[in-house]
Parts: sequence; C-alpha cells; structure tokens
Amino acid sequence: MNALHRTGRRRLAGAASILTSLVLVAACGAGGRDEDDGDGGGGASDVGVTEDSIRVGGTFPLTGVAAPGYSEIPTGAQAYFDWVNADGGVNGRTIDFEVKDDGYDPTKTSSLTNELVLKDEVFATVGSLGTPTHSAVVDFLNDEEVPDLFVSSGSLGWGDNPEERPMTFGWQPDYEIEGKIIGQYVADNMPDAKVGLFLQDDDFGADAEKGVRQFLDEQVVEVQRYTSGNTDVGPQIAALQASKPDIVLAFTTPSYTALAQLVSLKLGFKPQWYVSNVGSDPALVGSLLEQFSEGAVAGNASALNGIMSSEYIPGVDAPDNPWVQLWQQVWDEHGTKGELTNYRIYGMSWAYTFVQALQAAGEDLTREGLVDALEQAGGDFEGPNYAPYRYSEDSHLGISGLQLVELKDGKGEPLSEVLTTDIGDAEITEDDSGQFDDAPPEGGIPDVEAND
Amino acid sequence: MQQFVNTVLGGLTLGMVYAAFALALVLIWRSTRIVNFAQAPMAMVTTFIALQIIEAGHSYWLGFAAALLAGLVLGAVVERVLIRPVEGKAEINAVILTLGLFIVIHALAAVIFGNRYRSFPAAFGIRGIEVGDTTIALTGFGIFTIVAVLVVMGLLVLLFRFTDVGLRMRAAAFNQEVARLLGVRVGRMLTLGWALASLVGSLAGLLIAGGSLVHPGYMDSVVVYGFVAAVLGGLDSPGGAVVGGLLLGLSLSLVSGYVGSQLVALAALAILMVVLLLRPQGLFAQGRERRV
Amino acid sequence: MTRALSRAGAVLRSHLVLAVLGVVVIVAVLTAVGDFRAVQLTQMAYLGIAAGGLTVLTGLNGQISLGHGALMAVGAYTTALLLQDDEPMLPLLGVLVAATLVTLVVGAAIGVAAARLHGPYLAGATLALAVAVPGIALYFGDTLGGEQGLRVRVPDAPDWVLDLAFFVTGQDLTPSKYVAYLGWFTLVVAYVGLANLSRSRVGRRWRAVRDDEVAAEVAGIGLGRARVSAFVVSAAAAGAAGFVMAVSVRLAAPSGFSLTLSLTLLTAVVLGGLGTLTGALAGAALLTFLPDVITDAGVSAGLDDIRAAELAPLLYGLVMVAVILLAPSGLVGSLRTAWHRLGHTTSKGEPS
Repeated sequence: MNALHRTGRRRLAGAASILTSLVLVAACGAGGRDEDDGDGGGGASDVGVTEDSIRVGGTFPLTGVAAPGYSEIPTGAQAYFDWVNADGGVNGRTIDFEVKDDGYDPTKTSSLTNELVLKDEVFATVGSLGTPTHSAVVDFLNDEEVPDLFVSSGSLGWGDNPEERPMTFGWQPDYEIEGKIIGQYVADNMPDAKVGLFLQDDDFGADAEKGVRQFLDEQVVEVQRYTSGNTDVGPQIAALQASKPDIVLAFTTPSYTALAQLVSLKLGFKPQWYVSNVGSDPALVGSLLEQFSEGAVAGNASALNGIMSSEYIPGVDAPDNPWVQLWQQVWDEHGTKGELTNYRIYGMSWAYTFVQALQAAGEDLTREGLVDALEQAGGDFEGPNYAPYRYSEDSHLGISGLQLVELKDGKGEPLSEVLTTDIGDAEITEDDSGQFDDAPPEGGIPDVEAND
Repeated sequence: MQQFVNTVLGGLTLGMVYAAFALALVLIWRSTRIVNFAQAPMAMVTTFIALQIIEAGHSYWLGFAAALLAGLVLGAVVERVLIRPVEGKAEINAVILTLGLFIVIHALAAVIFGNRYRSFPAAFGIRGIEVGDTTIALTGFGIFTIVAVLVVMGLLVLLFRFTDVGLRMRAAAFNQEVARLLGVRVGRMLTLGWALASLVGSLAGLLIAGGSLVHPGYMDSVVVYGFVAAVLGGLDSPGGAVVGGLLLGLSLSLVSGYVGSQLVALAALAILMVVLLLRPQGLFAQGRERRV
Repeated sequence: MTRALSRAGAVLRSHLVLAVLGVVVIVAVLTAVGDFRAVQLTQMAYLGIAAGGLTVLTGLNGQISLGHGALMAVGAYTTALLLQDDEPMLPLLGVLVAATLVTLVVGAAIGVAAARLHGPYLAGATLALAVAVPGIALYFGDTLGGEQGLRVRVPDAPDWVLDLAFFVTGQDLTPSKYVAYLGWFTLVVAYVGLANLSRSRVGRRWRAVRDDEVAAEVAGIGLGRARVSAFVVSAAAAGAAGFVMAVSVRLAAPSGFSLTLSLTLLTAVVLGGLGTLTGALAGAALLTFLPDVITDAGVSAGLDDIRAAELAPLLYGLVMVAVILLAPSGLVGSLRTAWHRLGHTTSKGEPS
C-alpha cells in the first residue's frame, strides 16, 4: 500500500475497483439474516464436556497482595480433583481444572475470564476468587450462560438474586450473615461496648457492615476502610484508636489482618478483635507477623491469641475430624509441595461440592442441567460444611451458618453453637441439621443421585 | 490529640525516607542532569538481595550491608554502561532510557524473586514507645530510620566539603570542561556520583521495606514522592531535598490521616504542579531562575 | 494557496482510500477469526488508538507523557458512567463522542500546565498524574465504584447492524465481534484524523517546535499553543481508546489504569518504530500478541507460569533500552531522519 500513495490516482482508481468488486462478492455471498438463528445457548450447553473429560477453570490471585493464603486454594481443589480422577472421575469423565492468575486485579480477571470462556471453552468456572475481581465478570458469565459455581468470596451478589444471575452460585457463608451473627453476639454479650469497624472498601466490607448494623447500629463509633494494594493502614488504625472502641470487627484479607495487628502494636492499640473467617488463618497471619518483626512478635500461631473469629468448615486445628483426615489423605497422595493448610482444605471442600453437583446433573451433562440439579438437590448435599447450603430456585447463596470461636494457639475454641440464618431479617437460630457431625463417605467421594 | 501526634510522627519518619530518596535523585541530577526514574526498581532489587540473604538465615545486618554495597555497584554499572552513551544527548533519550531500565529491572526481579508479596523484617522493635500511659507512633525502627538517614547525610556533607574526592566531584558537576582542564577525571567522578546516589536510594528502599511487605512494585510510588520532594527543594540542592522530603512526608501523612489515604498521590501531584508553576526554582534556591 | 489546498485535498483523499481499504481488511480478518481473537484484536485496537495519540505528542511534538493511562481512565470512566443502565441515554456512538470530548477537556487543562514543562520535569509530572488518578476513583467510591470499579453494560448491537454484518460476512455478529468492530472503526477514524492533522499546518508547527524552539518562535509560532494543541489531540485519542477499553473489558476499575498501562503505551510507541502511526499500530500488535508466545516459550524453558509472564515486559524493556543506545543520533534525531525518509514514501494513515 505504500506504493499506492506514491504513484497517485491511477493506482487509487485501481484500488477502488478492487474494493467495489470485494463488496459485490461479499454481497453475493450472503443472504438475509435469519432472525431466529441465535438460539438461547441451549444447543451449546455441552461446551467443554467430552465422553471422558470435563474442562473447568477459575481465576485466583497467585501473585499480588491477596496471594498469601489464597494462592493455596486452587492447589487444594486440584488435589481433590486428582483424587476423584484417580478413581475414574465423575460418570467416567475426569475433571480438567484450568487455573489463571489474576493478581486480584479486576481488569485482569476480565480478560482471563474471556480467555477461559472463549478460548479454553470451559464447561463452567469453579471457585473463582475475590469480591472485586469476580464482580467484574459475573455478568459476562451469565450473559454467556456459563455456570459460575462456588465463587470463593462471601459477597451477596453471587446468590441473592438468581433471576438476574441464574448461572452464579456462592459457596461460603455470605458476609452479611457473618456480620449478623457476630453482631448479635456482641449485642447480647457486650451491650455497652463501643464498636469499631475495619473494612475492605468493596462489597466484602459493605455486605458485612449491613449485617453488623442490624444489631449494632447504635454501638458503632467508627468505620474505617482500606483499599487492597495500599499497604499503609496507619491512618485508618490511628483513627480507630482515636474513637476508643472496646471491640473492632475486621473484615479483612490475611495480609491486612497482619498489617492491622502490626500497626496496632506500633500505636499501642489493644481492643478486643473479631477477624472475619477469610482473614483469620492463625498460621498464615502469624507467620506474616513473625517475619515483619523478625521474631519480636511471637510468630507461631499464638500471635492471634484471644482474637475472635468464625468457622464453617473444619480446619487443620482439628486433625481428628473425619473430614480433615480425608483431606490429609488427599493431600498426602495428590498434593504439591507444602503442608495441608486451611486454604487448601477450603479448596478441597468446594471441589467436593462441585463433584456432588456433577453427580446430581447426571450422565447427560449440560450447563442447564447442572444449574437445575444444584437448585433441586443442592440444599440437601452433605459435606464438611457445619450448616446446610441454601441452594434453591430462590437463592443461590451457599452455607447458611457458622460457629463463633476464639483463637487460642492456632485453634478455634467454640464461643457459640453453629448458628444459622439467612440474609435480610431472617432470625438467627441454632443449627439442628446434623451437618456438623457427619463424616465423609467411604473412599472420600460423594455419591449423589442424579437429579431428574 | 494522640492521633495528631501520631500522624505527625508518622509523617516525619516517612519524610526522612523520602528525603533520602530525593537526595539520591538530586545527586544524579547534579552530576548528569538526568532524573533517574529507574532509581525505584534499583532500590527494590537491592532490598530483595537483602531479603534473600536474611531468609537464608544470615543476620539482618549482613543483608543490610550487602544491599547497600549492591546499590553502590549497581549505580556505577548503570552509569558506565547505559547512561554514559546518552549523556549530553537530547533529554528525552535519557528519560526513555531510565524508564526502559525501570521496566527491565521490574520484570527481572519478578522472574528471579517471584511476583508475590513478602514480608521484610525490621531491625529494631516495631512497638510504639510508651510515654506515660499513651503510646506514641515512634518505634525503635522509626528512630533507626531517622538516625540512619541523618548519618548518611552527614557523611555526604563531610565527603563533599572536606575530602579531595568530594571537591573533584563537585568540580565535575559544576563545570565539566573546567574540571577536565584542572585534571579531574570527570567520567570517573560521574560514575562515583551515580554509585553514591544509588547507595542512598538503596538505603531508602531498605527503610521503607522494614516491617512491611515488599514486592517488585513496592517502590513505584516512592519514585513519584521522591521526585516531588526533590523538586520542592529545587532538584539541585541536597539540603533542599531533605527539607522537601520532610515537608512532603508531613503533608502527605496529614492528607492520609484526615482527608483520605486514596488521595495521597493526588496531593503529591498538586504540590508538584503548584511548585513547578509558581516557584520553579524550588522553595529553597537562592533566586536563581530554573527552566522546568 | 489553491495549490496548497488541492495538495491537502490529495493527502486527505489518499488517507481516506487507505482507510476504506483498512476497513475491508478489518472485515475480512474479523470474519475469519474466532471470538477470542476478536477480543484480543479489540485490545490491540485500544492500545493502538492511545499509542497513536502518544506518537503524535512524543514523535511530532517532542513532549513525553507517562500520564496517558490516566487519560484513558477519564475516557473509560465517562463511558462507564454513561452506560450504567440497561437503557442508556446515549447511543454507543454518542458515548464515544462524549468520552472523547470529556478527555479532550481534561487533556487541555493538563496540557496547559504541561506546556510549561520540559523533558524530565514533564515526565515526572505526568508520572505523578498516572499514579494519582486511580486514587480519585477510590476516593469517590460512591459515584465511581471504588476498587471494584464501574461495570459497563454494553447495549446489544442494533438490528440494522446485525443485518448488515450478516449481509456482508454471512455470519451472525457475536457481542465480542461487535465490540471489535467498534474498536477498529474508532481506530480508523482516529488514525485518519491524526494523519491529516500531522500533515496539516498544525502538524508542521508541532514539528517545528519539536525541532527547534527558538527558530519556531522566530517564525511566529506560539510555543505554548502548539504544545497545548498537541496535548489536546493526543488526549482525545486516549479518551477514545478508554472508551474502547471500557466497552471491551466491560469494566472501568482503578487497577486497569496503573502505571503499567502508561508505561505500556510508551513502550508501544518506542517499540513500534520511531514516531509513525503505522509504527504505533505495530507496537500495539506486538504488545497484544507477543506476550502469549513469549510466555509459552518461557514455560517450555522450565519457568512457572507466573515468572514466564514477566518475560514479555523484560524483553520490551530491553528493546526500549537498546533502541535508545543503538540509535546513533538519539531518539529524536532518528525520529527526524526517519520522518523525513519515510515521510516522502509512505503515508501515516495506514490501518493495516
């Protein structure tokens, strides 16, 4: 085309005629568009599924500030999928799990999810992590009608409105019910306490605040928020300190739990802390703290002694729990390097639920069938969860409750029974489902009947 | 009140680090008229060297010394190999070169050390000092930060004022032609200037890292704050850089504490623009006009 | 005078013909590729548009900007704010125009300040801009969505577009391809505009200021005005690029407009070869498609995924350094010679 410009009009005229003929060819080649051609995706429902394999994927922060801890989640899930695959998979299909690193950056999540859906053509996404990150792609996945299961985040957006987002399912207890349960506990047991909130500045913090304020609206004296990525939380902690709260409820990721504890040491700020389940892993936070202070802070799991938190699945602090014994066996046989951690257990736990969902969806695996099966049968799935799932046609939210604990030497000592509730003004009750006491089936692979 | 005192103390500690970083930029600017945007990743990479050594089980101080030494060598090598060819050329070349180097060191560090957040130990206590029954936000490590920067500044003053090498460096920076006529080996002096600057930058990197998280991008915003501090002080004057650093640290800490931590960078930008447009010679220059 | 006008007309015409040919190539390519490639091509388009604008600023006018990522953010956030509802108040084209205009105004304000700075000062100030702007979105989280950003609801393609697309290509237009077409048509329009401007009197003034400020001033060119106008034009391109990015990513979030984006744009300009629009587009293509290749190579060489992903920026940075060191008369010098050498043999509006 360079020559074109140089030699002028004669060439231009030639180009124009080529162009005309191209347009004509195009015009001849195509007829009118059939309006009904674009079907609703039902025909494309077995994308990613073959006779002997199912391809699924997810986005996780393997790098960046959210990576400590969270990067272990997909390794746990992978180990459990390997465990199931070694047994022949689900209905003869092995599970092929594609992990993408988004660095907890929503813009990257968006392009990587494009890649999963459009290039890798996954059947479903499973376990994709993070509130800000997954918010960026949840509508895309629903538009493309890709099942978007068990988002590793407790935001309400994954399940409170199945009509708007029919393909998306949450898994862990949402932050609103966690906020409600700790809110009621504080209101009952510390009615005169001044309460400070330390929140991640997104739906994670906002949902939790909504729950907490149902019970503590009067008692909250200060709310401070941090942005993930900015590691200087000094000003926020100083402002909390200035309001002299008796208890601070922190809804933070593990790095920020550690940073907040560190700054509190610096400022001599010693309130009672409650740290959300997602940010309270004693082993991880303790090791972060130890490294910061070069041993000045006791680095073993006791660094978080006295801090209140919550649990909804058994963790490494309960090695005698039959579920944890199963996870230990899975990790020993299929794990990568490193120990079994609570984050790996978390990944294994939703991987277990995913296998249940696949079984419920039956041999003729379709995207629609998978979603139906979860809505019909998901509420009855048994698993490591302390309280039942809420899956139904009206709710895609996950586990319905949790147990408040106080951390002592890395162990959670119960402060309450398993409490269940739902979003909104649903009452908080003690759980009577028996989920807390169940044990995994022989062989460690669920056996759910196909849903018809 | 306690919050205000703590905010100010935090600002002063941070300001000392910005001052050190600004000083590094000024040293380079004086000798070669280049703003070294790659100073940030250079400091980052030397901090990672320290972290590798400390995590291998050696003492904090060995890592500390190794990082400073690495900074010295890195600065000299960068000047000799990369900067020398563009000295005296169009200034946009040097800008793009240092930015290219910025990207290279970043990527290299991520390949070698990994792109995750790691915690970096502090040499001294990270508990605040107790005065009566209130705790003030001045930690052992904070005091160390202030002392370390002051010592380095003192040493630099001694070097420039009272030693032969320092005199020759000043001559080379002041007028290369004249310096050459006087028998000063100008090239060698410039290399030395870069090496010293890079050492001071590495110190800033170590001090920011102490008791916090490091990752390949942790110094990126510091280069902006260091630049603003240097411009505040006139970009030409080491003393100005120090005062500029303290002023900036204090202002940014107040913005962070009372307005919103999200706006810190914007406040820095605002300060920079006001200085550049209203008093381009900086706050402390002796009235000499400066073309910005 | 009339001769000058008719010459200008000829330049315009040749740019337009190239643009039409470009459109044909675009339609052919987008028909041939799958949805995933279409998404990648959209990325290439928005990097190309912004890099084209930056080329005009740096290549023609000699100003450097590390803040173009921030300007893209302005365009993207404008787009997102206008596309919040299922029934947006403006058609997509209107949103594009709005995003471009808003960014243009912001660019004018920054340009006025920037025109008084040079070299390292300008670089430092725009660097500060790139770092500062994402914080605004965080601070005004209620309006701008905070860290999660604002989701962008891209309206469905109108029926006539679907019909036309089917008529021309014989395929149904998927949403991804619709956005790809949007991006590439925006690119063609932007490049024709930039190419014509750079060939016009305005463009000659920009170059005169870049080459020799004193001579330009003697010739009666207002330095400030030339600098501001270059910045404004370049900002408008960044705004349009921000629009395409927002529509493609379906999100405007602070993390998307980090320092890395601004450095990436500069990389595209330097990599793509010394100050031509063709070069900027080539740079955008390299930045879009090369990382996969390099990362795969890294993985097969035994690195893990995460480390291998850093090889691409490593290579770009090395090339950037090499360009500066190996161009004997420095970047601006080679820009100039390259401009003169190429300027007589090739056209700058080539969108292929």
